[in-house]
Amino acid sequence: MASVTLEGVRKIYHEGGEHVAVAGVDLEVADGEFVVLVGPSGCGKSTTLRMIAGLESISAGTVKIDGRVVNHVPPKLRDIAMVFQSYALYPHMTVRENLGFALKLRNMPRAEIDERVSAAAATLGLENYLDRRPRQLSGGQRQRVALGRAIVRQPKVFLFDEPLSNLDAQMRVSMRREIARLHQELAVTMIYVTHDQVEAMTLGDRIVVMEKGHVMQIDTPLNLYERPKNRFVAGFIGNPAMNFATGTVVGGDEPRFIAEGGGWQTALPRRLASRLGPASGGTVIMGVRPEDVSVVPDARNGATIEARLDLAESLGNEVFVYARADEQDIVARVSPQPMPPLGSPITLAIDMERAHFFDPTSGERITSGASHPE
Amino acid sequence: MTAPAIPTRTPAAQLPPGTGRAAWLFLAPALSLIFIFFFLPVLASLLLSLTDFDIYAIADPSATRFVGLRNYGRLLQTPEFWQALRNTLYFALAGGPLTIALSLGAALLLNAKLTRFKTVFRTIYFIPFVTTLVAVSIVWRYLYHTRYGLLNYGLGYLGVEPIDWLGDPRWAMPAIILLAVWKNFGYNMLIFIAGLQSIPSELYDAAEIDGAGPVRRFFNVTLPLLGPTMLFVGVVTMIGYFQLFAEPYVMTMGGPLRATTSVVLLMYEEGFRWWRMGYAAAIAFVLFLVILIATLIQFRLQRERA
Repeated sequence: MASVTLEGVRKIYHEGGEHVAVAGVDLEVADGEFVVLVGPSGCGKSTTLRMIAGLESISAGTVKIDGRVVNHVPPKLRDIAMVFQSYALYPHMTVRENLGFALKLRNMPRAEIDERVSAAAATLGLENYLDRRPRQLSGGQRQRVALGRAIVRQPKVFLFDEPLSNLDAQMRVSMRREIARLHQELAVTMIYVTHDQVEAMTLGDRIVVMEKGHVMQIDTPLNLYERPKNRFVAGFIGNPAMNFATGTVVGGDEPRFIAEGGGWQTALPRRLASRLGPASGGTVIMGVRPEDVSVVPDARNGATIEARLDLAESLGNEVFVYARADEQDIVARVSPQPMPPLGSPITLAIDMERAHFFDPTSGERITSGASHPE
Repeated sequence: MTAPAIPTRTPAAQLPPGTGRAAWLFLAPALSLIFIFFFLPVLASLLLSLTDFDIYAIADPSATRFVGLRNYGRLLQTPEFWQALRNTLYFALAGGPLTIALSLGAALLLNAKLTRFKTVFRTIYFIPFVTTLVAVSIVWRYLYHTRYGLLNYGLGYLGVEPIDWLGDPRWAMPAIILLAVWKNFGYNMLIFIAGLQSIPSELYDAAEIDGAGPVRRFFNVTLPLLGPTMLFVGVVTMIGYFQLFAEPYVMTMGGPLRATTSVVLLMYEEGFRWWRMGYAAAIAFVLFLVILIATLIQFRLQRERA
């Protein structure tokens, strides 16, 4: 078990002009912690992981494992194990040989290899498949073998590179539980790369949100959701994504947020308006999560928005309501209720105590409603 | 990854009437071409190998006599045939592995990340394969020339006495092997490059993390995953090499002392120099059997490894 420390880690490719894949990552992963790197494709999360693994050279900065700088240490001496998206099992070897390969390369005695392989197989429920080859296994079983190959090594750090992306939705959920259970049992440091925010939110002790090679925010799942540091994080975490509206804040006795174009407006709590003070009269971006928008039966003075119903998607336990107010698309996530026909006018109410406000140029969060403790 | 659903075959009884005939009609053009240009000639030469068809029979086919297996019997008792078979095996068993090793080596180099000008080298290495063999052979005869050849000139600097490459029975076959390896490795190299590129890079990453160095990665990842490619290259190269003909025909005419007479060259001499067509056809069929057995052995070896 070990801590992993990244200090100003950069990756620059020089093929056909300079391309910055990772623009400087600072990260402290504590011993036994589960950290998830998440972001859209091309954000540099996999490259970062590969630099920790030693599969990719480090252009600048240092990577430390357990306090030791490993920049120039080959992967096999870093005491890490890695699970890949495509499982990367050796197709010509049986499950048993796949699991034991790394140990064999380390000249471990036969008996000990057998013991460790059996133990890993038992943990993962692979006992009956040890003599099969990877192509005779289902996707979930293959990924289990890949996990087993990492477990037998008893490494200091586990690295996962989108391990569930090739699985179907159901298998993904059960493998997610499996990985969470493994982390509980082994209490070992894990670094996990995914583009799937559900995996990130459910697995991570902490999450690193990346975009275009930059770290956007490092925080616990709940903090990312409740207090996103900037517009990117706010829009990336949460499904359906947060609603954003550009507009101006008008102060005074009855503070209001007026959407760009003036097509609609909504009242602001006075306390929030005063915190937005410096931005008053200027442009801000308001962000509201779909669950903080509700469909109400009739207009209330100043606090509601008139919109047109575009689409209602019923998921059984909840309904996603897609509406349009003037030029603005708004998504609401409401409990099942009778909906008027598509195209008819509806009234929406926004819980302003749960709204976030972002600077339109920097994208940084200015303030949030009272329901998000500062 | 989910396995694609295996399409279930519709039982013939459920097909609409006349489907079978329609299928045969669609297949007819291809089948008739194959029948006329492949099966008929093979059948004809099989029959030919059971006769004493010769130059007199060309003028008067009624002079042909059915001789049963006598051609085969005589062939197996002829020392020239056994020598030709030995020469051919020498060529195939030395030249084949050499060609494969060289082409795999070249493919590995051209597939390496650090290699530059890949396309240029790929083209250069492939050029010999598409060059006319006769032209190449004439140039190589100059290279092999005892007094003026570049090869002996170069060896002279190393203190090696001039070698009579094509005139010495010990050196004639190695000289032909060298030429054939040089001429053919480019084609196998291209196939190997394609095979190498189909190996997922994550497997190499996994092996590296598992602690496998470059040599281990080659033997534990590259070679096993190249298995099917290796089988294809091996079988195709071997079949080609067993049919050795043009190189000795142009360079040595089978000499010196018949050291480079291959089975096909022997067949050519019997059939087209002495006009013993029946006998030549028998040689062709024996060679066919040899190639068939060698191919089956390769398939068996490959299956045992996989």
